[in-house]
Amino acid sequence: MPKLLSGAEIVFKALEDQKVEYIFGYPGGAVLPIYDELKNHKTIKHILARHEQGAGHAAEGYARSSGKPGVVLVTSGPGATNVVTALADAYMDSIPLVCISGQVPTHLIGTDAFQECDTTGITRPCTKYNWLVKDVNDLAKVLHTAFEVATSGRPGPVLVDIPKDIQFKKGTYEFKKNKNLKLNGSKKKKISEKELDQFIEMMKKSSKPIFYTGGGVINSGPEASKLLRELVSITGFPITSTLQGLGAFPGSDSNFLGMLGMHGTYEANNAMHDCDLMINIGARFDDRITGKIDEFSPKSKKIHVDIDPSSIGKNVKVDLALVSDVNIFLSNLIKRFKAKNKNFIDINQKNIKNWWQQINKWREKKSLSFINSNKTIKPQYAVQRLYELTKDKETYITTEVGQHQMWAAQHYKFDEPNRWMTSGGLGTMGFGLPAAIGVQIAHPGKLVIDIAGEASVLMTMQEMSTAVQYKLPIKIFILNNEYMGMVRQWQELLHEKNYLESYTAALPDFVKLAEAYGCVGIRATKPSELDEKINEMINTDRPVIFDCMVDKMENCYPMIPSGKAHNQMLLGPEDDKEEISAEGKTLV
Amino acid sequence: MAKSKSAYSEPTKLGKSDHHIIVVWVDNETGVLARVIGLFSGRGYNIESLAVAEVDKLKHLSRITIVSIGTPEVIEQIKLQLRKLLCVHKVADFNRSDPDILFRELALFKIASSSKNQEKVKKICKKYNSIILDKSKKSFVIQITALRREIDKLITVIKPLGLVSVSRTGAVAMTRGPEAFK
Repeated sequence: MPKLLSGAEIVFKALEDQKVEYIFGYPGGAVLPIYDELKNHKTIKHILARHEQGAGHAAEGYARSSGKPGVVLVTSGPGATNVVTALADAYMDSIPLVCISGQVPTHLIGTDAFQECDTTGITRPCTKYNWLVKDVNDLAKVLHTAFEVATSGRPGPVLVDIPKDIQFKKGTYEFKKNKNLKLNGSKKKKISEKELDQFIEMMKKSSKPIFYTGGGVINSGPEASKLLRELVSITGFPITSTLQGLGAFPGSDSNFLGMLGMHGTYEANNAMHDCDLMINIGARFDDRITGKIDEFSPKSKKIHVDIDPSSIGKNVKVDLALVSDVNIFLSNLIKRFKAKNKNFIDINQKNIKNWWQQINKWREKKSLSFINSNKTIKPQYAVQRLYELTKDKETYITTEVGQHQMWAAQHYKFDEPNRWMTSGGLGTMGFGLPAAIGVQIAHPGKLVIDIAGEASVLMTMQEMSTAVQYKLPIKIFILNNEYMGMVRQWQELLHEKNYLESYTAALPDFVKLAEAYGCVGIRATKPSELDEKINEMINTDRPVIFDCMVDKMENCYPMIPSGKAHNQMLLGPEDDKEEISAEGKTLV
Repeated sequence: MAKSKSAYSEPTKLGKSDHHIIVVWVDNETGVLARVIGLFSGRGYNIESLAVAEVDKLKHLSRITIVSIGTPEVIEQIKLQLRKLLCVHKVADFNRSDPDILFRELALFKIASSSKNQEKVKKICKKYNSIILDKSKKSFVIQITALRREIDKLITVIKPLGLVSVSRTGAVAMTRGPEAFK
C-alpha cells in the first residue's frame, strides 16, 4: 500500500519532481492548504507578487529568459481572472507556464459560491490545455501531464484548477513519464533525406535567398541559435528576424538585416518582398510581418519549418513545409548540407552577389535614422545610448508595449538568445516590469532593464514593491513622452490629429514614486546628462525607476501602413502626406 | 483605390466554401464538448449541425460529428487545430459528395392536421424509412432517416400539411466497406 499524501502535498511533490525552484503567486482562501504546505519544502521559493497578473508576467519573464517553465499559483475567482492576461500573453508567444489555481470545494461548484468562477471555462481559449481535478488520485498524473504539455512541441501555458477539498483529501502519488503524449497533433516524424535534399536544392538554385526566423528558434533552445549562426555562415545568405526571434542571430552581424515587419527596416522588408527564396524557420507569418497577404513576397518560393503543423499554411501557402523542432531540423540539415556542398559559400558567392548589392543599396537609405537634437532627448537616442553603455555586460531587456518597444527592437542589438523578453503576439501593456522581476530571479547578479513607456508601466507599477521585497535590482527605463505614444501616432496618421484620451494629464512624479516604493529614482531631461545618468542607474545595486523625459511628438519609423505591401514603407514624416481614407480608419 | 493606413490589413479574396463532415474521436472527459466547440466559435468556424455521444464505454470514447462549411484552407485549419487538442484521438474529414461515405440524419416530425393531410405526409415520408412513433386522433409523430438536404427539402414540403414540431439529430457519418477509419 503506497503512502497516502494530501492534495497539497501531492502538488509540492510534483513540483519537486519537475525540479521547480520558484513559484510566482498570490495567496487566497481557496488555495490556502497549498500555501500551508510551502513551509515543508525548502527547495521551492515563493515570490509574492502584488497582483496575479504581475505573478503571471513574472513567471513569463522567468520562462522566456531561462527556457524553463514558469509556475504560477493563484486563488479562485479574482485570483484566476487576474492571471488570464498573462496566460493569453504566454499562449500567443508560445511560452511554457504552469498555472495552479485554487477552486471552491467540489460540492459548492456551480452554486455561485464566494470567489467562485468557471476558471477552466474562462481559461480554455487562452491555454494549451487545462484541467479541473475532481479526484485527488488524478492529481499527480494531471500535474505531470500539465508540465509535459506546457513544455513539449510548441510550448504554451496550461492551468490546473484544484478545488479546496481536493487539496485536503489523501491520495496516491506517482511520477512516470507519459510516453504517448502527442506533439501538437503530429506524431514525431523524422525529417526524410528527400526533404532535406529538396531544401538544399532550393537553396542552391536561389539567387535572392533570405532567412526569416522567429521565436521558434529561441524556444528550441540555445543550441538552435548556434546552428542558425552556422547555417548562415556556411551559406552567406542574408537573414532577418521577427520581434520574438531577436537574439537568435547576432544583431551586430553583417548578414543581419534587422527586424522585419510593420516597424522593420527598409532592407529587411524589401528583401522579403523581392526575394526568390524565403526560408521561414520558427516564425508564423503574423499579420504584423506579412502586411497585405495578396502582395506578400509575390515572386518567392517559400519554405516553412515549424513545430506546429497548424502554423503551416494558416496565413501563407508555402512550397515546402517541414514539421520539426528547429534544433533537430537544423542539425540534420547542416550535416547533410556540409557533406555534399564543400565550399558552398565561395562557389555560390557569384550567384548571390547582385542580391547583396541590392540589399546594400536598400541599406543606404538608413531607415532607422532620425533627426537628433541637443535640446530634447530623442527616444531613439536614449535607446542607442542605453545599448552602448550596457552592451558589454550580460544585459537582459524586457519591454512594455508601444513606441518604446519598437524603438528598443530597432536600436538595441541582441547578440544572444533569451536576452529579449517582449509581449509580441498579445501586445500586453504592463508586461515588462513584472517580466523583469522574473528575469532577475532567473539571472541573479545580471543587469535586467525594462525599457518602458510611462503609460504601460503604470499598469503594473505595483510590482515595484515585489522587486524591493526580494532585493531585485531591476531597472525601469521609462521613455516618458506623457502620451500613449503609439496610440497618439495612429491618431496623428489616421484620425486628423485628434489626440483623444491618449495624453495622460496627471502623471505621477516617477522619482518620488520610486522613493515611495523604497527604490531609487533618477530623472534625465537633457541629452547632455543622459550618459552620466544611465551610468548612475547601471551602478546602482537597487531597483531603479529612470524617468527619461523624451520628445513628446516623435513617431516610430519606418512603418508599413497596413493594407500595404513590404515595398511600400513610410520612412519618415515626409513620406506621410497621403490623404486618409474612411476605409482605412475603420480598420484600426 | 482608397489609401488605407490602417493597422490591420484588409481581407483578401476568399476561396470557395464547401460542406464538410468532420468526425472527431475524443476522450469523454469533463468539458470536452466545450473544448471542441469553443475552438470552432473562437476561431470563427461554422457549425451547421452537431451530433455527439459516447461510442465506447470502456475506453470512454465519444464520437463528435460536425457539419461545417468552409474554404479548403479553413477546413484544413480546423483539422490541424483539433488534432492539437490533448483529448482528441483522431479526426476525419469527409466531403459531402464523397460516394464512399454514408451520411444519415434522424428527424422526428409532429403533424397535427386533417386526416387527409396526415395521409399525404405519411406517403411522402415513406421512402425515408419512416416509422410512426405516436398516434392520436388529430396528430402523429413520425421518425425518418435521410440525408440532411433531403430532410431540409422534406420540411418545406410538409410544412403546409400540418407540421408543428421538428427535432433533428444532426448528421452522422461512416465509411463504406469493412475498414474502419484510422
